[in-house]
Amino acid sequence: MIVNRKKLNWVERLYLPAIIGGLAITWKHFQRSLLGKGVITMQYPEEKWDAHLPEWYRGAPTLVKDEHGREKCVSCQLCEFICPPRAITIEPMEIPEGDPWRKVEKAPRAFDIDMARCIYCGLCEEVCPEQAIFLRKDYSITGLNRNEMIHHKEKLYELGGVMTGLVFKWNEKK
Amino acid sequence: MDVSNFISQFFSPAAWSLIKSLGECFMSPTGFLIWTTLLKSALLLVIILGLVSYTVYAERRVSALIQDRLGPNRVGWQGLLQPVADAAKLLLKENFTPKSANYFYFRLASKLAMVPPVLVLGVLPFGSSLFGVPMTIASVNVGALYVLAISSISVYGIVLAGWSSNSKYPFLGGIRSSSQMISYELSLALSLIPIFMLVGSLNLNQIVQYQIVHGWMIAPFWPQGMSLDTLLHPLALLEAFRAGCSLQRVLIWIPLFISFILFFISMFAETNRLPFDLPEAEQELIGGYHTEYSSMGFALFFLGEYTAMIAGAGVITTLFLGGWSLPLVPDGSHGWFWGLVNIAVFFAKVIVILFVFIWVRWTIPRFRYDQLMKLGWYFFFELAVANIFLAALILTYVKR
Amino acid sequence: MQLTLFWIFSSLMIAFGLGVVTLRSPISCAMCLVSSFICLAAVFVTLDAFFIAIVQVLVAAGAVMVLFLFIIMLLNLQAEECRRVKLGVMLGGTVVVLSFVVLLSQALESSPQFSKPIPVLMAPSQDVSMIGMTLFHSFNLPFQIVGVLLLVATVGVVLLSRRTLR
Repeated sequence: MIVNRKKLNWVERLYLPAIIGGLAITWKHFQRSLLGKGVITMQYPEEKWDAHLPEWYRGAPTLVKDEHGREKCVSCQLCEFICPPRAITIEPMEIPEGDPWRKVEKAPRAFDIDMARCIYCGLCEEVCPEQAIFLRKDYSITGLNRNEMIHHKEKLYELGGVMTGLVFKWNEKK
Repeated sequence: MDVSNFISQFFSPAAWSLIKSLGECFMSPTGFLIWTTLLKSALLLVIILGLVSYTVYAERRVSALIQDRLGPNRVGWQGLLQPVADAAKLLLKENFTPKSANYFYFRLASKLAMVPPVLVLGVLPFGSSLFGVPMTIASVNVGALYVLAISSISVYGIVLAGWSSNSKYPFLGGIRSSSQMISYELSLALSLIPIFMLVGSLNLNQIVQYQIVHGWMIAPFWPQGMSLDTLLHPLALLEAFRAGCSLQRVLIWIPLFISFILFFISMFAETNRLPFDLPEAEQELIGGYHTEYSSMGFALFFLGEYTAMIAGAGVITTLFLGGWSLPLVPDGSHGWFWGLVNIAVFFAKVIVILFVFIWVRWTIPRFRYDQLMKLGWYFFFELAVANIFLAALILTYVKR
Repeated sequence: MQLTLFWIFSSLMIAFGLGVVTLRSPISCAMCLVSSFICLAAVFVTLDAFFIAIVQVLVAAGAVMVLFLFIIMLLNLQAEECRRVKLGVMLGGTVVVLSFVVLLSQALESSPQFSKPIPVLMAPSQDVSMIGMTLFHSFNLPFQIVGVLLLVATVGVVLLSRRTLR
């Protein structure tokens, strides 16, 4: 579509009225903000948006346990495989004889997510066949060095907690 | 008891005679001139540097308020210590020189960018007088031309920075800046000629004195000889108005106002401010000529730019807004209090103009380069020349 | 005081002038020329000729040399290579320069115009109006003719630099 430019008369071509009009608009905003009205800035560490975070918010990835206190991860390493920035490192181990969940066979010995690399894409959550990894609402992940930015297994379970109401596929009958 | 006798007891005769001769040297005309000038320079430099850092702060706060934000408000009350934090940060950063840059000119350029704006301050009358000392560092008889000359050599810092960085964005910035500054210097200089014709002098002090008697350049139909006494006598006031409102004075207002607009807009181009900030356009040239600078090298460019802004505002104040004068406020010869008031008035006017600089920056978008050149050469230059003829015609043929 | 300043600035000016001739990088040459112009302006100031000094800075350093620098940067001129100095050329050049200096000094000494001290300017604060009176009153017609000549030259340059002559 061709939009023809409006032919300007000489007052408009002088541009000064338009500039003064623009200055009037910015002055209006300046005056309003000076009186404290209309300022939309949030004072971050004191005021937070946490209560308004949507359901689908993708924060830090965490590991969860089910209602029986079993860690849901079976260390299939699919998330490690799919992670685009390769932030996840899993060291699997065999569940020892005598453990009530022996038939699950595998569990992670170590599960590290390097939060300095994580891009919060949520692919790990999507790919997990066990519903073990979830992106929660934590967004302020800080550390003083690279090592502090790595979330180890304990930290991941601490952040994740217990998730109830998920599919329980390791019950006795199966 | 004589004070000098009392003090002389504490020194040996030889030392006392040395002290006395030093004191005499101090109070001799030349000595007096030297130390008052040094003192004035130091005073002005301190005021200007303080003003520069707080202009940067004001720029950030005003821009935030215009955009419905808050701006820096953490360091100190309402963020008033932010300039200190910024300065500390810039000083502590690494002063990096790119490997391919020409070291000598790379380091020289940042200094050259800072010097000219400071030199301009040397001729500005920033107050009437204090204890009988005129508040101008150098009252040169070609002061207005001196301002133009110094602002014309301020382009060297930018051009050299652009060239010596040996990198494409700074280079483009340098090239743009040199052509822009040459173009707008013309209208800057030509727009001042009506004032010179009216005043008959290039001395900035005399231009201010003329404005005290005849009214500011942007409002020349001021009642002549207005003072507190005339305000009390309506008849005398009417007479003063009649004397001030001659046909010539009303007509000369037209070219003077055109001059004011031209000079004001050209000053934006000379100081590389938006809407004419093409040499350092952040979006297209990632900072232009100072892209490769860090730490104090960058800080000097930054300081130079804001000092140039303040010097420019000072020149506009001096030439068009009556300098340090305010109607009905006496000058420094009536006591040191009024001298201080005059200095305050000057800087208040400068601050108002600085606010307009900032206000315009956050209102008007950047020009395209061909529009900028067209505006300078096809419009401002012609308008300035026509304006000179208009002023000359009015001054020659309208005698009353 | 003025004499000392005069010597300082004139020797600086000559030093920068030598730099223009001897330095190999075009940018350095241009910057030396600018510095030399500014020193010349300072010499004018020590002679109480403020107007000439300011015009020197404004026109030569502020406008002409900026354009020079602009052109040098646009054409991206590289530093010149050092040429081998030939003995004969050196000797010839030295003889020519020496004889010129000798002739100049003899002319300055013999001429009565230069032997007596030059009268002091009327008043240093009047130099703008003095130049104005000289240009626009005493020599008005020659000044106008020079102006027209410059205009003709400018128009000629514009005409010649057009790509296609119609």
